[in-house]
Amino acid sequence: MTGQSLKRIKAIAWKEFVQIKRDARSLGLALAIPIFMLLIFGYGLSLDINHVRTLIWNQDGSSALTRDFILNFKNSQYFEIVGYTDNYQDITGKIDSGKIMLALVIPKDFSHYLESGKTAPLQLIIDGSDANTSSIALGYVRSVVSKYNVDLLSNAFIKRGLNPVKSVNAHPRVWFNMGLVSTWFIIPGVIAMIIMIISALLISITIAREWERGTMEQLISTPVKGAELIIGKFIPYFVIAFFDLFVGVVMAKYLFGVPFRGSYFLMVILSSLFLTGALSQGILISVNSKTQLMATQLASLTTLIPTLLLSGFIYPIFNMPKFIQAFTYLIPARYYIVVLRDLFLKGNGIVTLWDEALFLLLFAFIMFTFAISKFKKKVA
Amino acid sequence: MFERARAIFIKEFKQIFRDSRMKTIIFVTPLIQIILFGYSANKDITYVPTAIYDQDNTAESRDFLRRFTYSKYFIPEHFISSDKEQDFVLNKGNVNTVIRIDRGFGRNLNANKEANIQLAFDGTDSNTTMIVMGYANTIISSYQEQLLRSKADAVGFLSTVPRIDLRDRAWFNGNFISRNYYLPGVIATIVTMMSLLLTAMAIVKEKEIGTMEQLTVSPLRPLELILGKLLPFAVIALVQIILITTLGVFWFHIPLRGSIIFLLFSTCIYLFTTLGIGLFISTISSTQQEANMSVFLFYMPAVLLSGFAYPVSNMPQVIQWFTIFNPMRYFMVVIRSIFLKGVGLDVLWPQLLPLFIIGVAVITLSSLRFRKGLS
Repeated sequence: MTGQSLKRIKAIAWKEFVQIKRDARSLGLALAIPIFMLLIFGYGLSLDINHVRTLIWNQDGSSALTRDFILNFKNSQYFEIVGYTDNYQDITGKIDSGKIMLALVIPKDFSHYLESGKTAPLQLIIDGSDANTSSIALGYVRSVVSKYNVDLLSNAFIKRGLNPVKSVNAHPRVWFNMGLVSTWFIIPGVIAMIIMIISALLISITIAREWERGTMEQLISTPVKGAELIIGKFIPYFVIAFFDLFVGVVMAKYLFGVPFRGSYFLMVILSSLFLTGALSQGILISVNSKTQLMATQLASLTTLIPTLLLSGFIYPIFNMPKFIQAFTYLIPARYYIVVLRDLFLKGNGIVTLWDEALFLLLFAFIMFTFAISKFKKKVA
Repeated sequence: MFERARAIFIKEFKQIFRDSRMKTIIFVTPLIQIILFGYSANKDITYVPTAIYDQDNTAESRDFLRRFTYSKYFIPEHFISSDKEQDFVLNKGNVNTVIRIDRGFGRNLNANKEANIQLAFDGTDSNTTMIVMGYANTIISSYQEQLLRSKADAVGFLSTVPRIDLRDRAWFNGNFISRNYYLPGVIATIVTMMSLLLTAMAIVKEKEIGTMEQLTVSPLRPLELILGKLLPFAVIALVQIILITTLGVFWFHIPLRGSIIFLLFSTCIYLFTTLGIGLFISTISSTQQEANMSVFLFYMPAVLLSGFAYPVSNMPQVIQWFTIFNPMRYFMVVIRSIFLKGVGLDVLWPQLLPLFIIGVAVITLSSLRFRKGLS
């Protein structure tokens, strides 16, 4: 690259900077939205299941045994006993209006059955609308009940003077995210999401505007070459994206306590690859759309929504139908999210991340080549 | 008055549909979105990639492992034999769960000693892991119970041991299909985005091109202009909602238990707000880019704080208060309840009333601003 060429790139980059700086809302999108997203995901949004609102109808109220049984739910962090009732209408009404998710009905002869060695039915009504939360809650109720059953059996052995029977002893151990904190899972994904928004959405709208207004033609008629123009345009977005990445990592580490166990150097390298690809994709979108509205729609359809849905950001990929899984290999954010999560939580190095790195490199290379050739064609 | 509003209404429609690509944007993108969401937005864990690490390799250990592999959830993908391999499959993310059976498992079990197994979970995705741990817990405790019961049976007192029989019944979404919960929410987000964006962009575009001035010098009164401008987008939004609801119901089998008329009625109330905000954004933006950014700046927090993906009841109290002003929060409850619970106005009025109040307030305010901008 000659000195002339560098000078021209610098000029374009500078012009782009000034343009972004002048537009308060673009700047807001580039700087305020990322911080807002991180704050809201870090503090406000949680997929952790606790305080499942529960209503109890204890028809066997006089017995100490039932009160004891209810304590299993009261003492658990997962359930919040919002009250007691004595009729079905109350349960129906409160489930319909979403005031409770669970209703536990303890029948009249509950303690009587248990004391006389019979099987006691226990009724549980669940609002299944939010399938995810309710199936976790159901799992928890089930484990309370089966633990109670195992205790009843063990006691029966002891009562007969027999050895309390030993059985399986399971030692569950959770790796990488011992406390099962959903913030640790979400925040690295949010950072990837932010980078995608900055690169694809912001750049495609900005360039579409230049086409719409005709200022792009003015730029083309100057001695600036196609590749120089693209690189010059990239620079400010690189700066903004790296600023957002920096803010994201700092907030994740110091505000939300997400550990960063990998190498920062690897993060910068792989982020640059992802960014190059994503920015080129943004340019491609703007070249292919006549209007700004079109560019926004294309950008959100080809970058934002796939990143949100098909990258494993929230919804696990291994649970998707096979043909959708095959499709996710084409979503670059899929690799980048794995990279960020592994760097944060697992502390993996290039030895484990080499295939993701390779895909990101491929993505960057193909998109960049494509963007330049498309751009040249449109100009010519 | 309606004569002139109608003229604008027709003009607006012609303008929107002159561009064939616009037709695609308006009608095809929502369909693509709903299909993508329908297939991918799924938090039901039906498949847990599992590694088996059986150090004991006896009849007992294999019998225990079968409890896992015969459940439809834990699918053995790797059989490993060293700690190093265990580290690798978990680091690489090949499996979510490793079931390790310690040496002596079978012997201990028969000798009435404690038999140990180790379960290792990749906790990165905390939510998924919680569900998976729940499955594993259930399998293990039913195994324990069965073991104890067979021993009690051998001694001959099983019939006198009490137990609790849990009879659970899920309402509304009996098979716990999370798609049924997400898709109605997706419909709400699509309608919001589309009506906001189309309204704001269309008005600002006219400002940008300068045709808005031509309209203002015509004998049109501001109210007629607003009415004529907003109504087409209301109609488009209603058509969109019918389209995507049809796809949801017939393709993804989302139950629509409430009345479709009530659904459209609620949407109309909700549209007051989104069209009003679209109009408001158009008054504070002089370029389409500005309008676009503003739509995004509103849309993003509105979706996140609506309970769409993250339950409002899980948010900190302060943020929960804040969501009182978020119209999407109410619409989310309304649309989900109509689909899954089939309830009507008698149950949903506490949502529709604030929605209506917010809508009227927003549309009045932005109309006033819009009129001021005209004069």
